Amino acid sequence: MPTVGFTANLTRFFPGLGDLEVGSATVAEAVRACDAAHPGLGAYIVDEHGALRKHVNIFVDDEMVVDRTTLSDPLAPGARVMVIQALSGG
Amino acid sequence: MLLLGTRKGLFAIERTGAGGRRIQPNFLGIPVPLAIRDPRDGTIWAALEHGHWGPKLHKSTDDAVTFEEVGAPAYPEGEEVKDGVPAKLENIWALAAGGDDQPGRLWMGTNPGGLFRSDDHGQSWSLVRGLWDHPSRKGWFGGGRDTAGIHSILVDPRDSTHIFVGISCAGVFESRDDGATWAPRNKGLRADFLPDPASEVGQDPHLIDLCTADPTVMWQQNHCGIFRSTDGADSWYEVGEEGGPANFGFAIAAHEMRPDWAWVVPAQSDDTRIPIAGSLVVCRTEDGGRSWQTLRRGLPQDHAYDLVYRHALALRGETLAFGSTTGNLYLSQDGGDYWETVATNLPPIYSVRFA
Repeated sequence: MPTVGFTANLTRFFPGLGDLEVGSATVAEAVRACDAAHPGLGAYIVDEHGALRKHVNIFVDDEMVVDRTTLSDPLAPGARVMVIQALSGG
Repeated sequence: MLLLGTRKGLFAIERTGAGGRRIQPNFLGIPVPLAIRDPRDGTIWAALEHGHWGPKLHKSTDDAVTFEEVGAPAYPEGEEVKDGVPAKLENIWALAAGGDDQPGRLWMGTNPGGLFRSDDHGQSWSLVRGLWDHPSRKGWFGGGRDTAGIHSILVDPRDSTHIFVGISCAGVFESRDDGATWAPRNKGLRADFLPDPASEVGQDPHLIDLCTADPTVMWQQNHCGIFRSTDGADSWYEVGEEGGPANFGFAIAAHEMRPDWAWVVPAQSDDTRIPIAGSLVVCRTEDGGRSWQTLRRGLPQDHAYDLVYRHALALRGETLAFGSTTGNLYLSQDGGDYWETVATNLPPIYSVRFA
C-alpha cells in the first residue's frame, strides 16, 4: 500500500498527523483518502478544484508530481508519497 | 477589545485594570487579513491567508481565546475569472454580518471578485450569482492583486436586503433584493488610470462606508480621491482637500450618527505611499467634506513611514484606532484630537476592529 507522509508544519493544524497508509492508485485518490482520515486536510493541500496549491509540492518517491492540476500521477503499491511545502519568503 | 489582523497573526488587545493592556496573540506567523466580531451573537471571525495552505476561516465563541476552523467557501467547478482562467478562492477580503432580522447570515468578499453568503452561521457558503454573473464582471481587474477583490460590504441598517459592495477594481455595486440583482453605482467617480475616467465600471474605491443614522450619506476613499454621496450612491462628488493632505489613502470611517463627519488617514499619493513629508496625520471633516482638519497631536511627525491599510482604521462612537504597516497602533478617545500610542513593534497591521 502507498504511504503518505507530511511536512511537520501540518501537525500544527492537524495534531497527531503521521504517516498514512492509503489504498490509492493515484495521487488525487491519496489526497482524498488523507482528507477522509483527517477532515479538512485535503483543503490544505489542494484548492477547491483539486489542484495542488501553488506553494505545496508532492513527491512520489523521489519525483515531483507531474500533473499539478488533477494529480493523476499513478501510485505503485509500495510508493512513498511526501506532502511538503515549497520554500517561500518571510 | 480591539482585534488586529496582521501579517503574523491575530492580536486581541484588551484593557486590564490599572491602565494596562493585555495583548493576546493567535495564529502566530500566519497572515490574518481581517477579523471581525458579529455584533448579533458575539462570534469572532478571522480570515487566514496561509502562505502555503490557502485561505481559511476560523471562528471563536469565547472572545478570541480559542478558535475552530470552519469550511472556507469554494468557487463552483467551471467558474472562470476570465476565459481560460479557473476561479478559485484566493483570499478573504471582507466579512460582514447580515441584519438583525437575518440570523445566521454572513457576507464574505473575496478575490477573485466573488461575494459569498452564508445563512447558517458560516457552516456553508454559496456564491452570490447575481453579482458573479453581472455582465461587467469579466472586465473587472485587480488593484494591487492579480484579480479583482471585494473589500467592502455594507448592509443598510434600515433594510437588510439592501446591500452595497466595494470592488477593486470595478467600483460600487448595489443590490436592493438581498443580493439577487446588482447594479453599478459609480456616477461622479473618476478613474484617472482609465482611458475613460468616468467609466461606470472600473473605478477603484479603496473602502466605502455609510452613516448608520442616515445611510443615504456614504463616503469612499478612492484611489483617485475622497468622494461622498448624499443619495445612497446614486451619485458621488469629490470632497478631497485641495492642496491639503486629505486626498490619497486607503481607509475611511463615517461617523455613525453625524452624516457630515468622516475621518481618513492620508498618504502621499500612489507613487510612494508613505505619510506626507514623513508626518503621520489623520484628517477629519465635520462639514460633509467642504473642509478638513489635520489632526496630528500624539502622532509621530518626523520620519514616520506608517501606511494605514483600508481595513486598519476602526471607529466606535468617537473613539478611533488605527494600525500601520510599521506595526504601530494608535488610539484616540476624542474623535482624533489627541492620539496615544497603544503598541509598537507589532507585525505589519492589516485590519483593526473594535470588538
